Amino acid sequence: MNCAESEILLHALIDGELDAGHARQVEAHVATCSACAEKLASFRAMRKAMSGAALKEAAPPHLRSRIEQSLTPPAPAAVPARSFFRPTRRWFFGGFALGAGLSAAVAAGIVLTIVPKNKGQEIADDLLSAHLRSLQANHLLDVATSDQHTVKPWFNGRVDVAPPVIDLTAEGFTLLGGRLDYLAGEPVAAIVYQRRKHVINLFIAAHSATKSAGAPSESVQGYNIRHWSQNGLDLWAVSDLAGGELDEFAQKITAGLRAAAGS
Amino acid sequence: MAKDEAAEHERMRRFRDAALPYLDDVHTLARYLVRDAADAEDAVQECYLRALHHFDTYRGPAMKSWLLAILRNVCNDEFARRRDQEIPTDYAQDASIIEKMPLWQEAQASPEGLMLRAHDSAAVRRLIAELPEPFREVIVLREISDLSYREIAEITGVPVGTVMSRLARARAMLRSAWNAMEGAAAAPSTTDAKLSS
Repeated sequence: MNCAESEILLHALIDGELDAGHARQVEAHVATCSACAEKLASFRAMRKAMSGAALKEAAPPHLRSRIEQSLTPPAPAAVPARSFFRPTRRWFFGGFALGAGLSAAVAAGIVLTIVPKNKGQEIADDLLSAHLRSLQANHLLDVATSDQHTVKPWFNGRVDVAPPVIDLTAEGFTLLGGRLDYLAGEPVAAIVYQRRKHVINLFIAAHSATKSAGAPSESVQGYNIRHWSQNGLDLWAVSDLAGGELDEFAQKITAGLRAAAGS
Repeated sequence: MAKDEAAEHERMRRFRDAALPYLDDVHTLARYLVRDAADAEDAVQECYLRALHHFDTYRGPAMKSWLLAILRNVCNDEFARRRDQEIPTDYAQDASIIEKMPLWQEAQASPEGLMLRAHDSAAVRRLIAELPEPFREVIVLREISDLSYREIAEITGVPVGTVMSRLARARAMLRSAWNAMEGAAAAPSTTDAKLSS
C-alpha cells in the first residue's frame, strides 16, 4: 500500500469501516511510514476531541411542539367537551360541573383500561393463530433457506420494515426461513427458527404504541409468547418451547440486534 | 368516512412513533446546512410534512437516514430557489480551489501532530460551520449523526468511494483550521501541546 491509498483508507480504519484484510494492510503501511503514522494519530486525536464536544443541536421545545401539533389530527372529542363545560361553569352549578368532570374522567379511565386489554388479547390471539397456522403443512415458509442474506431481502416491499435476520445456528437455533404474516390486520415479517423439533416464529413489525401497549409475554394454551421492543421494532417470539429456552432465544436475538445496530 | 378518519389518525400516529425520535438528528443537520436558526426550523418542519406525505410508500432505508435525506432535499430545494433570486455566490469557484488543495497541509506553528485540546464546543461548531459544502455535510453526518459510510452514501446519493474521499478531505481541512485556531489561541505554549502518543 502506498501513501496516497493510505491517506484515504486510514479514515476508514479510524471509523471502523475496513474489513480485516484492508485494516491489516493500512496498519502495516502505517508501521513503516512515519508520515502516515503521524496523520493517523492526529486524526484520531481530532476525532476524540470532537466526540467530547457537544456538537448536536437539540430541537428547541417550541419547534418540537410545533411539529408535534402539525402531526396530530384535531381531537374530535375536544370540541363538544369545551362547549359543554364552559356554559356549565358560567351558571353556578359549580358542583355539577365538577361531578360531570369526574364522571367523564371515570368513564375515560374505564375506556382506557379496557381498550389496551382487548388490544393485548387480540394480539395474543393473532400471534397464536398465526403460529398454529404456520405449523400446518406447507404454511411455515414463503422463503426457505438457512442463509440470512437471502431471507432479509425477500421482505423488501412486502412489509414496511427491513426485518433483521440474525443467524443463531451456532447457538442451537437453526434458521429455517421467512414468511409474510398478518398481525392486527397488518403485514408483518415472520422469521422462522427451529430448536430440536420445536418451531419458533419471530414476528417483526415497525414499533407501534397500540400493539406494544398490550404487550403479552405470557403462556397461552401451552404456547409461550415473548414480546419486546428494540431499535424501533416490535418483536414477538412464539413457540411451544419451554419458557426458559424461549427467554434464551429472545436474549440472543436482542444481543444480535444490539450488535447489528452498534456496528 | 369515520373509518377513513380513523385510518388517517392511525397513519399519523405510526408516523409520529417512527419519525419523532429523530427530531434532534434532523434539527442538527438542518442547523449545520442552513445556518440561520429560523430557516433551519422551517426546513425541519417541511421535512416532517414531506415525510408524512410519503410515509405510505416508505420501505426503507432506516428511518433516520430517510428523514435526513428528505431534509437534505428540502435544504437543496430552498438553496436552489434562493440562488435563482439572489446574486450568485462564488461557491463554484471556491469548490474548484478546494479540489486542488493538498490533502495534508503542515501546520505553521507546530508541524507534528499538534495537540487538539477539547475546546469549548462552540469553537468546534464554528470550525465545522466554516467548512464549505459538501465537506461540512459529510463531517456532520459522520461525526455528529454517527452514520456509516453506506448510510451517508445513501443520503447524499454518491458512491461510498466518494464519501471516503470527501471525508478524508473534510478532515484534512478541519484539521488545518483547528491547528490555526490552536496556533492563534495558544501561541506561547505550543511546545507542551504535543501529542503524547
